[in-house]
Amino acid sequence: MITHVLLNGFDARARWVVALLVLIAIAVPAANLYLPPESPFHVPTYALTLFGKYLTYALLALSVDLVWGYCGILSLGHGAFFALGGYAMGMYLMRQIGTRGVYADPILPDFMVFLNWKELPWFWYGFDMAWFAFLMVLLVPGLLAFVFGWFAFRSRVTGVYLSIITQAMTYALLLAFFRNDMGFGGNNGLTDFKDILGYNVQADGTRAALFAASALFLALFFWLASAITRSKLGKVLVAVRDAESRTRFIGYRVEHYKLFVWTLSAMMAGVAGALYVPQVGIINPSEFQPANSIEAVIWVAVGGRGTLVGPIVGATAVNFGKTWFTGVLPEVWLFALGALFIVVTLFLPKGIVGTVQAWWTGRKPAAAPTALKPEPAE
Amino acid sequence: MTKLRLLLALIALAILPVLVAPSPSRAATAIADEDLTRLVNALGSGGFSETEAAITVLAASGDDRVAGILEKLGSGDLVVRKEDKGVFLAEKAGADVKLTSLVDGKDAGVVAKGAVEKIKVNNKLRRTIASAVGSLTLRSADPAVRRAAAEAVMKSKDAAAVPALDAAIAAEQDPGVKAVMVSARASAVLASDMPEADKLAAVDTIGALGTRDALGLLSGYTGVEGPVGEAARLAAAGIENKLALWDAGQNVWYGLSLGSVLLLAAIGLAVTFGVMGVINMAHGEMVMLGAYTTFVVQEAIRTYAPGLFDVSLFIALPLAFLVAGGVGILIERTVIRWLYGRPLETLLATWGVSLILQQAVRSLFGANNREVGNPSWMSGSFMIGEIQITYARLWIIVFAALVFVALLAVLKRTAFGLEMRAVTQNRPMASAMGIRTPAVDALTFGLGSGIAGIAGVALSQIDNVSPNLGQGYIIDSFMVVVFGGVGNLWGTLVGALTLGVANKFLEPYAGAVLGKILLLVFIILFIQKRPRGLFALKGRAIEA
Repeated sequence: MITHVLLNGFDARARWVVALLVLIAIAVPAANLYLPPESPFHVPTYALTLFGKYLTYALLALSVDLVWGYCGILSLGHGAFFALGGYAMGMYLMRQIGTRGVYADPILPDFMVFLNWKELPWFWYGFDMAWFAFLMVLLVPGLLAFVFGWFAFRSRVTGVYLSIITQAMTYALLLAFFRNDMGFGGNNGLTDFKDILGYNVQADGTRAALFAASALFLALFFWLASAITRSKLGKVLVAVRDAESRTRFIGYRVEHYKLFVWTLSAMMAGVAGALYVPQVGIINPSEFQPANSIEAVIWVAVGGRGTLVGPIVGATAVNFGKTWFTGVLPEVWLFALGALFIVVTLFLPKGIVGTVQAWWTGRKPAAAPTALKPEPAE
Repeated sequence: MTKLRLLLALIALAILPVLVAPSPSRAATAIADEDLTRLVNALGSGGFSETEAAITVLAASGDDRVAGILEKLGSGDLVVRKEDKGVFLAEKAGADVKLTSLVDGKDAGVVAKGAVEKIKVNNKLRRTIASAVGSLTLRSADPAVRRAAAEAVMKSKDAAAVPALDAAIAAEQDPGVKAVMVSARASAVLASDMPEADKLAAVDTIGALGTRDALGLLSGYTGVEGPVGEAARLAAAGIENKLALWDAGQNVWYGLSLGSVLLLAAIGLAVTFGVMGVINMAHGEMVMLGAYTTFVVQEAIRTYAPGLFDVSLFIALPLAFLVAGGVGILIERTVIRWLYGRPLETLLATWGVSLILQQAVRSLFGANNREVGNPSWMSGSFMIGEIQITYARLWIIVFAALVFVALLAVLKRTAFGLEMRAVTQNRPMASAMGIRTPAVDALTFGLGSGIAGIAGVALSQIDNVSPNLGQGYIIDSFMVVVFGGVGNLWGTLVGALTLGVANKFLEPYAGAVLGKILLLVFIILFIQKRPRGLFALKGRAIEA
C-alpha cells in the first residue's frame, strides 16, 4: 500500500521537480569543482553555500506548507523545529572538534571549559556518533511536535489561539537556549566546526557535498509530501482545512490526522536545520526568534500555499531578495519585507505559483465544467 | 456598578500614603560673637595638635555656625591673616584673596596672596573634624539634619560618639529622630569598649528595629564568641524571619507593578481582538509610537518652554492617543478592512505593518535609545516598612487603573460601547439590527491603538525608548489576551495581574528567565483546559 501511495505521488509535477533538483544537485557542484574560475558557468564557492542555504530554507518552507497549505494549521513557531534539528547537528559537529578547539580539551567543547564544567552533561552523550546525531535530528523536533500537538489538538485549540501558542513555544525555547547554563552554548551558540563525517567542513568538496545533499533531501521530501497530499490521507487533510467540524462529524479522527502531519512536518524542518548548520557554520539561539518563523510563513505565502512547488519558489525568491537588498539598500529591506507581507496577503492570496496556476487553468476554454477547487481557508 | 465604585475607592486609598505629615522644629543655639571669634582664631594658632584642641573646644560650644566652619576647615578653605592672626574664609579673586568673616559672614576685605597662610589639615584632623561635625549636627535646628547625622553615626559605628549621642538623646523632642538616635547609640556602644551588659542591651535595641540595615549591623558581630555573639545571632535570625515576610510583600508590589504594565499594553489588544477577531501584530508598535510622541513632546518643551517639563506627560497623553489612534484607523482602512473574515492573513499583514513602522521610526529617529525624562513628581521613592515604593511605578499603577475604569465606562455607558459589545457578541445580528459594523471596526481599532499609545506614554517612563520597544511587549500582551479571554475587560485585568504577580513570585526561586519560561509553559497547558481563556464568551456565534 505504501509503495502504491509513493508511486501515486510521483505524478507529473513531482517528476519535474525531482528531476530538476537532482540535476541541480549534480550540475551545480560540478560547475563549482570542475570548471575553471574564468569560465562563465563557474559557480563560486560562496554562491554554492548561499544556494545551499536557500535549499534548506526551501525545505523548511515546504514543511510549513504541508501543515498550513494542506491542513490549515498556521504555525508561527516552525523555526523552533528548524533550530532544534540544527542544534542536534551542531552538537555532533562540536564533539567532532576534539582537541582542535581553543582550549584543546578532547571531550569538552570550548564553551564548557570556559564555564568551568568538569564533565559532559548527560544530554551530550552519544553525539560523537554520526548515526545517533542524525537520529536525534529527526527525533527531537518530532518528539516536541508530538507532545505539543497532542495537547493542542486534543483540546481543539485552533485558529489564532493556536498560532499564538506556537509563537509562545518558540519564544520559550529562545529564552531557554539563551541561558548560558543550559549547556548548549548560551548566547554564543555552537560554532567553530571543523569536521563532518571525517571531512573538513570548510573544504570545497564538503560544501559541494552538502549542497548536493540539501537538493537531494529537498527532492526526497517533496516526493514524500506529494505522495501524502495526493493520497486519501491528503484529501482528508484538505477536508480538515476547509471544514474541520464537518470532517469530525463525518467520523474522521481529526486530531490524529493533524498530529501525524504536524509531527512529520516538524521532522522535515529538523532535517532542514541540520543541513543548514554545517553550511552556515554556526547555530545560535536567535534561530528560535518568532520573527524567523513568521518569515518562513511569508515564503510560503509569497510562493503559493497549498501548492508544494510554491514554497520552494517563494523561499528562494524572498531570500534572494533579502540577500540583494541587504547588500545594496540595507535600510530599505525591512520596508520591502513589510510591504511584501501586506501586498501578498491583500493582492496575491494564492501566491506566485497559485496565481500562475489559476491563470493557466483559466485560459482553457470552458468546454467542461471545471472541478471546484476549495479556496485556501485560514 | 459596585465593582466600579470599589475600584474608585481603592484608587483613592492608594493615593493617601503619598501625603506626608510635617514634624516639629527646634530652637537654635548660639554663643556671643566675640567668644566665637576667639575660638575660631584659635584654629590658626600653632600646628596640628593645637588645631585639634581648638576643634574640640569649638565643637563643645554647641553653636550652630560651628558645623559650617569646621566643614570649611576640612575642605581647606580657611586661612590665617598674618597681620592679626585672624582666621577667615578665603576665596580666590584673581591674583588676590577675598576674605569673609566666619562669625557673621561679612566681607573682611581683599588682600594679596602673600598676606595669608592656609590652615593645613591632615587625615587625623579630618577624622576629628568629621566626628565633631557629626556630633554637632546632632544638635542642629533642622530635624532632617539631626536624623541624617544619627543615621551617619549608626553606619560609621563611631564609638567616640556615645557621649555626644547621650546628650542629644536627652535633649531630643521629636520621637522619630529620637528613635534613630537610640539605634545609633546602640551601634556605637557595640563598637566601643563598654561593659557586656551595655552591649547586650545594645543588641536588643538593634534587633528590635527589624530592618535590613540592622541586620547588616548585627552580622558584623555574629561571629564573635561569648554572650554578645550569641545574642547577635539570635537577633539576626529573628530579623531574617521578619524580612522574609517583607520580601514577599515587596514581590507582591513588583507583581502588581508588572501586572499594571501588562494591563496597559494588553487592554487595547483585547478590545480589538474581542470586537474584530483579529490579532494585531503591530500593537507593540502603537505602544512605541506613544513613547516616541512623549519623546517629541519633551524635546519641544526642552527647546521652547522648559518650565513645562513637569506637565509634559499630561500634554503627551492626548497627543499619543491621537497619533496612535490615527495610525490605527489608517491601518484598518487601508489593510485590515480588505481582509475581513480572514484572521490569519490579518495576522500576517499586521506583522508586515509592524516591520514597516519599526523601520520608519528607525529611519526618522535613529536606531538608538532616545532619552525620555521623568518629571519631578515621578522621581524618588518612599518606604512602607521594608517595602520600597517608587513613585514612577505607583503612578503607573494608578494610571492603569484609571485607564481601565475609563474604558469600562466607555464600554458600559456610551452608545459606541454598546455597539462594540454587540458586534463582539454577534456580528451578523448586530449588522442586521442596523449597526454599521465597518465603522465600529475602524473606531474600535482606533480606540485599541489609541490606548496602546497612551500605554506607551506611561511605559516610556520605565523602559528604554527605541524602535524595538514594541517587540518586548507583544508576546506578553498576547499571553495576557490568551489567558484572560476576550469576552470581558475583567478577564484582561485578572489575566494581567495574575501573570505579573506569578512572574515576580517565581523569580526568586527560578530566576527571571526560567520564571518566564515556566509561565509560558503554564499558559500553553492552561489553554488545553480552557481554549478560549479565563473569561470566555459563550454561545454558538462565538464558536464560529
